[in-house]
Amino acid sequence: MVNALSLRAGPVTGALISDNMNKDDFILKTEGVYKSYRMGATKVEVLKGVDLAVKKGEFVAIVGASGSGKSTLLHILGALDKPNKGVVAFAGRDLSGFSAGELNRFRNKMVGFVFQFYHLLDELSVLENVFLPMMASKSLVGWFACRRRAKSRAGELLAQLGLRDRANHKPYQLSGGERQRVAIGRALMNEPEVLLADEPTGNLDSATGNGILDVLEKLNKVGQTILMVTHDERIAERAGRIITLADGKIT
Amino acid sequence: MYKVILATRYLLKRRITYFAVLAVALCVFIVVVVMTVMTGLVSDFKQKNHSFVGDCVVGTKSLVGFAYYEDFVKILDSKDFVEGVSPVIQSYAVLSTRGGDFKKGVEILGIDPVRHSQATGFGKTLYYRKDDVSKAFEPVYDPNLLGCVIGIDLVLLRDAKSAYLYEPRPSETAISISCFPLTAKGALAKAGAGLVNAQTFYFSDHSHSGLARVDNSLVYLPFEQGQLLCMSGAIKRASAIHIKFKPNTKLQDGCEKVGELWQKFKQEKAGEQQANLLDTVTVQSWKGYRRAYIAAMEMEQMVMSAMFAFEGITTFFIVFVVFYMIISHKSKDIGILKSIGVSNVDIIELFSGFAFLVGLLGSGVGLFVGWLFLLKINRIEDWLFEHFNFQLWDRTIYTIGDIPSRMELRVLIVIVLSAIAACLVGALVPSWQAARSRPVETLQVSQL
Repeated sequence: MVNALSLRAGPVTGALISDNMNKDDFILKTEGVYKSYRMGATKVEVLKGVDLAVKKGEFVAIVGASGSGKSTLLHILGALDKPNKGVVAFAGRDLSGFSAGELNRFRNKMVGFVFQFYHLLDELSVLENVFLPMMASKSLVGWFACRRRAKSRAGELLAQLGLRDRANHKPYQLSGGERQRVAIGRALMNEPEVLLADEPTGNLDSATGNGILDVLEKLNKVGQTILMVTHDERIAERAGRIITLADGKIT
Repeated sequence: MYKVILATRYLLKRRITYFAVLAVALCVFIVVVVMTVMTGLVSDFKQKNHSFVGDCVVGTKSLVGFAYYEDFVKILDSKDFVEGVSPVIQSYAVLSTRGGDFKKGVEILGIDPVRHSQATGFGKTLYYRKDDVSKAFEPVYDPNLLGCVIGIDLVLLRDAKSAYLYEPRPSETAISISCFPLTAKGALAKAGAGLVNAQTFYFSDHSHSGLARVDNSLVYLPFEQGQLLCMSGAIKRASAIHIKFKPNTKLQDGCEKVGELWQKFKQEKAGEQQANLLDTVTVQSWKGYRRAYIAAMEMEQMVMSAMFAFEGITTFFIVFVVFYMIISHKSKDIGILKSIGVSNVDIIELFSGFAFLVGLLGSGVGLFVGWLFLLKINRIEDWLFEHFNFQLWDRTIYTIGDIPSRMELRVLIVIVLSAIAACLVGALVPSWQAARSRPVETLQVSQL
């Protein structure tokens, strides 16, 4: 179904990543990450000193019970949230040192999110949802200059995800598995260094979920770094490495 | 580009947006109609006052009048910026028909009809003598009789739609004008029993200035007759001099020049017998001279504008609430956009663009419907009058024929820009709050 080789077009270069990074370097690394939330008068400690290192090209599954802090950790790794304490480094650079603009560029180009509930924009077509990250990174003039290339790439991604004939449909016209594949296409649009998947099969039946995992596996085989959060150990077994999170710590 | 696409899609796909568009359209419609009609009424009222008075008035409010006016008229006549000069006698009198069955207190204006037509729009207000103003005081039924021109509302009746019931010829009607002649010192000229000067005139024409107060209480008499009736003394006096400037003379410049001439004239007459009467004389533009009336109308317009500004504020709150609801519903989208690297400023721009489109579309709809309504406003009023005996503007107060319906581009631009600005302001707070929201909160499972 998926021609994974063409999903990743090549290395991303830019100020956010070091050019001389080699295969054994860690693309993502956390040291002593703490995160707590306030729920009314109660302070909930979600992460209690997480140390994690992910090498380039790895497929890592983070497993843990509901409320163990898996999604929180993923959000922190993707700069959607900030830790209370500790260091999160991407390609050797501490995310806390990133400016707001750099963080936006980081989320746009370096990581791609796949959520449990797909999170597609209902007002946009499938094709538009896929090329949205590239459109969001361009000015009006810049977009007109590259729109053909963007649409072509989005079309290719959809074709490789088996959704060529769904390009002009709206998300609500698709099945759950199809929506999740659209979300994967969107996450891959800007050829990110890391794919962050938060329970990507959590809302799908077993067969459809396996299809999604096949896609992720094939992506990983061609070098895509993937971090997947799941509460299901059988799903986690499809990853190259499993990290268990319990009571806010990696065990 | 995604901001343009998303803003447009939000506008088209969200039904609640239609309420915001409708609120803006309604507000724009009402403000366009009211402002067009009120602006038209005020502009029409000012134009009529301007026509009634001329450009500038040198005059006194004292019924005694002022002397040496003829000398000043000569000075004005010689000036190249002056087109017309008309001295007038202004006073109050009692009008009674022969037999005394009708009596009414009126204002009298003694004029030279030709001069007064050169300085004001008097000639255009006549009906029978419009083409030959010099004969304004010559009744067509007997030119040898002493005529007078009477305010149209004192003479003619109106039909159910307030249209005047004109007659082909003026009826041969004798009227008596009685007033108290005053000396130069302001005393009654006639002591004893015969205090009053009375003179019989014959109705020669009616004057329709379009000003309710004027048309309902003014009688024009020949200048000399007015002088004989109201003013006594060896030195002739007048109440005012109405002046019209040449078209290339600006009002303010003309009035300033007349003011300078008057000051010089006053100094020259300082030693004269009745020089003290010149002290009460002022030089005013038509706007200043009719300020009391125009200000009332402008106040009415201002009150109306203020009332509808409040309505605009209400619309602003409707837009605010609608946007708050829309943006609250779109919190998931905001989270998604942030997860792909969209900045806070971009989020604000997206929803501001959405608000701009709502304002633009609402204004467009409001303008179009307003234009249609104004196009048919007089027909609508006729229909309302025929079926419900209802008039939007009581013609006994507003001396207007048709309701003004000419839209002014400047007013329209202000209204549209205000509506769009109200939408942008209404959307600003919810947009700002949305931009500040944390994506992890909006993307949580519990938020779905």
